Amino acid sequence: MADNLPSEFDVIVIGTGLPESIIAAACSRSGQKVLHVDSRSYYGGNWASFSFSGLLSWIKEYQESSGIVDESPAWQEQILEDEEAIALSKMDKTIQHVEVFCYASQDLQEDVEEAGALQKNHASATSANSTEAADSACLPTEDESPSTTSSDVPAEQTPRSDPGSAPEGAEAEVSGEKENLCDDKTCVLSTSEEGTSENVPVAEDITEPPKNNRITYSQIVKEGRRFNIDLVSKLLYSRGLLIDLLIKSNVSRYAEFKNITRILAFREGRVEQVPCSRADVFNSKQLTMVEKRMLMKFLTFCMEYEEHPDEYKAYEEMTFSEYLKTQKLTPNLQHFVLHSIAMTSETASSTLDGLRATKNFLHCLGRYGNTPFLFPLYGQGELPQCFCRMCAVFGGIYCLRHSVQCLVVDKESGKCKAIIDQFGQRIIAKHFLVEDSYFSENTCSHVQYRQISRAVLITDRSVLQADSDQQISILTVPPEEPGTSAVRVIELCSSTMTCMKGTYLVHLTCASSKTAREDLEPVVEKLFTPHTEMEIENEVEKPRLLWALYFNMRDSSDVSRNSYHDLPSNVYICSGPDCGLGNDNAVKQAESLFQQICPNEDFCPPPPNPEDILDGDSLQPGASESGDIPEASSETPKEHANPEKPEEPSE
Amino acid sequence: MHGRLKVKTSEEQAEAKKLEREQKLKLYQSATHTVFQKRQAGELDESVLELTSQILGANPDFATLWNCRREVLQQLEAQKSPEELATLVKAELGFLESCLRVNPKSYGTWHHRCWLLSRQPEPNWARELELCARFLEVDERNFHCWDYRRFVAAQAAVPPAEELAFTDSLIVRNFSNYSSWHYRSCLLPQLHPQPDSGPQGRLPEDVLLKELELVQNAFFTDPNDQSAWFYHRWLLGRADPQDALHCLHVSRDEACLTVSFSRPLLVSSGMETLLLMIDESPPLAVEWRTPNGRNRPSPVWLCDLPAASLNDQLPQHTFRVIWTAGNVQKECVLLKGDATCSSPLPPCPVTGVPSYHLLFLSGHQEGWCRDSATDEQLFRYELSMEKSTVLQSELKSCKELQELEPENKWCLLTIILLMRALDPLLYEKEMLQYFQTLKAVDPMRAAYLDDLRSKFLLENSVLKMEYAEVRVLHLSHKGLTTLCHLEQLLLVTHLDLSHNHLRALPPALSALRCLEVLQASDNAIESLDGVTNLPRLQELFLCNNRLQQHAALQPVASCPKLVLLNLQGNPLCQTVGSSEHLAELLPSVSSILT
Repeated sequence: MADNLPSEFDVIVIGTGLPESIIAAACSRSGQKVLHVDSRSYYGGNWASFSFSGLLSWIKEYQESSGIVDESPAWQEQILEDEEAIALSKMDKTIQHVEVFCYASQDLQEDVEEAGALQKNHASATSANSTEAADSACLPTEDESPSTTSSDVPAEQTPRSDPGSAPEGAEAEVSGEKENLCDDKTCVLSTSEEGTSENVPVAEDITEPPKNNRITYSQIVKEGRRFNIDLVSKLLYSRGLLIDLLIKSNVSRYAEFKNITRILAFREGRVEQVPCSRADVFNSKQLTMVEKRMLMKFLTFCMEYEEHPDEYKAYEEMTFSEYLKTQKLTPNLQHFVLHSIAMTSETASSTLDGLRATKNFLHCLGRYGNTPFLFPLYGQGELPQCFCRMCAVFGGIYCLRHSVQCLVVDKESGKCKAIIDQFGQRIIAKHFLVEDSYFSENTCSHVQYRQISRAVLITDRSVLQADSDQQISILTVPPEEPGTSAVRVIELCSSTMTCMKGTYLVHLTCASSKTAREDLEPVVEKLFTPHTEMEIENEVEKPRLLWALYFNMRDSSDVSRNSYHDLPSNVYICSGPDCGLGNDNAVKQAESLFQQICPNEDFCPPPPNPEDILDGDSLQPGASESGDIPEASSETPKEHANPEKPEEPSE
Repeated sequence: MHGRLKVKTSEEQAEAKKLEREQKLKLYQSATHTVFQKRQAGELDESVLELTSQILGANPDFATLWNCRREVLQQLEAQKSPEELATLVKAELGFLESCLRVNPKSYGTWHHRCWLLSRQPEPNWARELELCARFLEVDERNFHCWDYRRFVAAQAAVPPAEELAFTDSLIVRNFSNYSSWHYRSCLLPQLHPQPDSGPQGRLPEDVLLKELELVQNAFFTDPNDQSAWFYHRWLLGRADPQDALHCLHVSRDEACLTVSFSRPLLVSSGMETLLLMIDESPPLAVEWRTPNGRNRPSPVWLCDLPAASLNDQLPQHTFRVIWTAGNVQKECVLLKGDATCSSPLPPCPVTGVPSYHLLFLSGHQEGWCRDSATDEQLFRYELSMEKSTVLQSELKSCKELQELEPENKWCLLTIILLMRALDPLLYEKEMLQYFQTLKAVDPMRAAYLDDLRSKFLLENSVLKMEYAEVRVLHLSHKGLTTLCHLEQLLLVTHLDLSHNHLRALPPALSALRCLEVLQASDNAIESLDGVTNLPRLQELFLCNNRLQQHAALQPVASCPKLVLLNLQGNPLCQTVGSSEHLAELLPSVSSILT
């Protein structure tokens, strides 16, 4: 199939992360011929989401990649005299220090078979990026309970049937493929809406009822396709750039969202809910009347702080936390504002930073609900795919599992003119977008990367139980020692379509100072308790850990282009995910790169109205596509925020 | 370029839009025309339904067409089988819903739905409630829908507790919702009916405390939201005062009996709202009138007594007045003209009036019986809450809020009202300070606030007068802008209103039947409508006012006993021939100072 690829494009995009996908969509939308390739078998790169077994294979991939020996570069023969080659990396080095712990009981009698025909490995061997981090990847044995030994890594034959990962036919057919995918989802959604809770449509449910109601590892594996586990944990600000872009470009119709239901704070060893909207403050039981007034008054001021410079001018030199102390706010209100609303650092953020962040938070409030954030159903990994779909609708060509061996540079002009792919095919283009992780060590030897520490936990209940067990929460845990960074915790319930019923998927994120586990384990221990089989049923306050994964991810954002070696001017670098909560970084980057490639073109304009499309021309798939709009949106279940209609009816 | 979709240009689009619009208009007009023709011809068949639905579907506010539909449906009811009718109604309900989606605030549509459902033998109310919930989810302040919901809830006899829970759910979402708070104020008294015949609309204390907490949460969260303050004010009272007959006064000289009531009422000779009995005789036919002779609804009514009723054959006369509507009565005693006894008699047994402290005077020239103005019932119905502890704690939290929000007018006003309810005399000074602050932060309502302040000050003065048991009332230097509660001053003989900001002596002043001396100098009085028919007025001081025209003094001519009138310092004194003019106007007044 791959030999059939056209040999000439306008733009070649390497990597399917969010910024790359947005650019691909934007270029395709404005008429550029786009080839979008990814060497991985799934969309999204480090922005992807995986089913449980998919994640296990992802872990394994890092293990195996070490074994691949770089075969002699056959492509060198293709490089002509007046050309130079920039070799691309064959191996992803962005993930390090991967550590897996399983706390849920592993019932060996049960013969578990899910999507990935799991084999019981002799409990051992966590995977890791073995090239450089072999030592740190070793198993945590002594200090943990016996059940921590873990990592049932799926065997090689793992068929990919989970919705989050890539379609098999890696080429072109994306739109059709994804259509099915979407229908499938809406189905799942509507059944779960009926309210009959035990709707997990897995046939072999008979074996299920465990005596103690605890979720076992085999259940997790069996229900593995219910999971959509994000590699990066982010949320969408209701008035952030990404929401604006999704609405403007009409890409929003490819995805569904849920509002985060609550903002949490961790204070004095306890998790509590932060009242942030007017309705929250009104309903809050924990605030006194006077506190309600203080908080509302302060927040109202923050909404328009720019108009009252005299109120904060004198404190501009201070940190935001010091400024808060001068305001009429009780200590817990100060904590709420500093850590949970502004989400700023206690030591490093200035008064203005804090006010700006608070205003942004409040500005986003109430657009789709009582918190400023949205989460895409089925995980963050949906978003790059949505843009890829739009790109495909306008004629972009997709190739997954398609690696590029090198970029070919014309010596005379100093410009890149082609790529040579894994089959040795030379494909010409005018512009080349390459995601940071594809560059070889030679290219980025001078780049100083930061790291993101990540943990993914599966737990048995929420960190703050409430009337409804379907809460989506964001919690900021302030750093213990000054200088380290706060840990962002996002807890997803099963209705976000990211985890199985009865479990919660918890994402921890912070800027790394050490390995992910060293950075995050203290917080995990504060919030959760390891699941142990023997433990008597004495209602423990904390949720139990069933499974945990730690890893570090490279943060290639905000790297200056000059740090990379010798890149031709028509090769553009896209960074991987940043550590921030929102997606503004990716959108900004995509827009600015798009403007360089297509100056004076509109960035992702809305698709034309189907009525306005003139007949007679052989239409792109987009024509029929856009005809679907009304249907698609009417199918959207009501409870989900639909960014297509941002108007609040009663104002 | 490759892959670029060919799209119509904007001119083409505009042209297409314009054409489309013209066509729409044509269709709309022709359909309307046909409907009207058919209606005129009496052809009320299903085709009319079809045509009107086309128009109403686009514009549900076309009320005439809804009327048309009702006519058609009524006609079809007679012609169709029950099954056919059922489908017809189902279609109509579906159509109404689609119209509501076009305009959720269309009066005609909601009304038509009410009409349709109330004609059904077995309407599906549960479905209607669901519909309301759905529309209120979209817009929780859609009062059309609230109205409809109340209609449905009443028809379906939904338990008030369920409806209350519904208001809860909406208030939790957004408390700036008058409709929701109002609905609560209707539901709570239904849920907690007061057992005794006491004032209706009051709530048991535990319920009240819960509601107060809820509403406090609202106004601490957003003190500028009026809906919460209004609900708060409702909670703290505002029950209608009980009907009462405040005062009964009999005067021998004027052969006149005067009654004052707790509220203005209209007594006409034809209706037996007011019965007068003298000495256990059957009800006397008398002509009731208001003191100013206008016979509009008034809290004071009087009648001339027949000469026979005041003869001296009996040692005393007992006058009894029964207010049939209010089911209350009062009696008083007039002693024989030449009797030597001058001390008041012991109270007469009063039947039908429970537990009121009464003041009596029985004399030769006059006799009266009145409720004591010290009674809390008198003025506190604005905020009539028995539980002063609740009021105290409300006052405390409002003061707390006021400290945080010194400029919040609602908070200030509520503090004043709470103080009034707790102890009007004790808080008088503090109240005046709050008025000052309030006026400063809310200058738009300065005049309203002045009037309110005048009212409260007058109430306080009346209370003080009553405690002192005198018939003299000093109201000078109080900054009064208006006079109210004048019906309470029926027995006052001396009234000092000097040095205020009054612009008129209002008609209600004529209720002061015993007034002998009226001092109203140093005001801004322009009219004297109230100084009329005052039978005992002898001296009237009106120096330094703004009386311009001699005609303004016309009402004074009706005061038979007036001997002294001081008009110094009024503009009218400047006009030539003023004294002569006045002498002509007021021939019986012996001394007019200009």
